[in-house]
Amino acid sequence: MNWITNYVRPKIGSLFSRRDVPDNLWTKCDECGTMLFHRELAENLNVCTNCGHHMAISPRERFIALFDGGKFTEVKVPEPIADPLHFRDSKKYTDRLKDARKTSGEREAMLVAEGEIGKTPIVAAAQDFGFMAGSMGMYVGNAIVAAAERAVVLKRPLILFSAAGGARMQEGILSLMQMPRTTVAVEMLKEAGLPYIVVLTHPTTGGVTASYAMLGDVQIAEPNALICFAGPRVIEQTIREKLPEGFQRAEYLLDHGMLDRVTPRGKMREELVQILRMLLRQPAAPAEDLVNKVEVPAESDAK
Amino acid sequence: MTHYLEFEKPLAEIEGKAEELRAMARENNEMDVGKEAAALDRKASELLASLYQSLTPWRKCQVARHPERPHCKDYIEALFTEYTPLAGDRNFADDHAVMGGIARFNGRPVMVIGHEKGNDTKTRIERNFGMARPEGYRKAIRLMDMADRFGLPIISLVDTPGAYPGKGAEERGQSEAIARSTQKCLQVKVPVITVIIGEGGSGGAVAFATANRVLMLEHSIYSVISPEGCASILWKDSDKMREAAEALRLTAQDLTQLGVCDTVVAEPLGGAHRDPDAAIKSVGQTIAKILDGMAKTSPERLRDERREKFLAIGSKGLAA
Ligand SMILES: [Zn+2]
Repeated sequence: MNWITNYVRPKIGSLFSRRDVPDNLWTKCDECGTMLFHRELAENLNVCTNCGHHMAISPRERFIALFDGGKFTEVKVPEPIADPLHFRDSKKYTDRLKDARKTSGEREAMLVAEGEIGKTPIVAAAQDFGFMAGSMGMYVGNAIVAAAERAVVLKRPLILFSAAGGARMQEGILSLMQMPRTTVAVEMLKEAGLPYIVVLTHPTTGGVTASYAMLGDVQIAEPNALICFAGPRVIEQTIREKLPEGFQRAEYLLDHGMLDRVTPRGKMREELVQILRMLLRQPAAPAEDLVNKVEVPAESDAK
Repeated sequence: MTHYLEFEKPLAEIEGKAEELRAMARENNEMDVGKEAAALDRKASELLASLYQSLTPWRKCQVARHPERPHCKDYIEALFTEYTPLAGDRNFADDHAVMGGIARFNGRPVMVIGHEKGNDTKTRIERNFGMARPEGYRKAIRLMDMADRFGLPIISLVDTPGAYPGKGAEERGQSEAIARSTQKCLQVKVPVITVIIGEGGSGGAVAFATANRVLMLEHSIYSVISPEGCASILWKDSDKMREAAEALRLTAQDLTQLGVCDTVVAEPLGGAHRDPDAAIKSVGQTIAKILDGMAKTSPERLRDERREKFLAIGSKGLAA
């Protein structure tokens, strides 16, 4: 039997309490222009119910939908030295960080957690495009190293959701050094014989794509995600020609052999559980484990 | 004809005058210009010394990109014997932006890999200005893998504005190629020594520069983004490249402080292009010393040491 026919949309209706998401708020889909109820959109994991367009989802929301019962424990990330270069452009880097913390309510651009998906214990890391464009600096590097170390200690697979405009320029060379640092993390997983699955989300670009985000055992992308090293604008300026439709989008990369799969967000969890259990040589998950029952509203049991 | 940089204009005038005097004297035997020319020479060398005593980061960028600066090919020709280029990635093409092959360094077989920018219009186009495509990184991976299997130390010479931002390069997996090249650097159990000889441009540089020891020439640069690119993104004004160059801390001196550069190799007065032979020679001597120092390290230790080194980078900020 094809697993797709078994597919049941995750029921996470109780995921977001009315208090958090007032019903009178609407979001306009930037792809098809349809006005969408916030709550309806959240229930559909920020995927447009009309056209299927995948909008950004915060790591915390993603984890609540991903982990069994919405329960996960955050993995502590070692705090790097703040503003190592004393960087200032039109604004101080420390001020930009403060603003990003205030707007997002998060410490930095990556969240790491451990928990179970379909009763399969995992470690997961998710990059936050809402935090300074998800840019990779020392914190993100530390987060990936911490995630890999934790996975090795617990002998669990690591699932990483990438999203980044590239490197954190304000950390200069030290942001660039996260390319080898995170690659060391990937090597740790590899040597421990643990699966490392990358889910590339919109957008994943620059040094992030050219390091940990392209080194998964299995490479899955969300539909229409922009995935590239050099951005389309830079390329158009360099080669002085218009790029073809869909260039550097997930489906284009799939066609060019750079990805294993393109999977809609709503089917991602089920697919991850199945892939992981096969790679771990565990018995197939029963159908009821593939549906996430999230009872806890918005709050996670984060430490 | 010497190519003068923008900030060297006053120097160009003095050296030009001295040259003119000498030319006049050559045509007219009666004229004795020795004294005046010597005075101008003295003035020129004083000015050169003062200009290069403390170059601003942006001036360093210009020196690092000087068209007459010795390039990868010059180093390979001068420092290695029996250089045997090995071509191709076995999948698609041979990338001429990346040179590589087996060679002898002081008689000892090694693998040498590097970016080559070219030195005139024809060779620059051939070499794609030192901007590698996926094939270049995949060739490097192949060569590093071979070096690992045969126990040959890897010497990489980095000089690139960055990986090539082109349509084909993206279609053929530029990011995957760079990621795998960095990964290969971290896997091999032989010494890896990198010399940043000019420009270390972003991911395109890291792919070859994940080494046990990273050497930088005194006026070379290594950065996450070009100052021009950074200026246009963060300052929204590409003319602010001086400020960006300053803020990015991309000089060999700053990178030493940050723990990214292990050894700075001094350049001849006025930059490597004023005396390429001397510059190349001191790079050779430094590599020799470092290679000797690693001779007794076990293969496993070489790999682990490299990983530990990169994991520790950044932990102390500018106080490293
Ligand atoms: Zn829509």
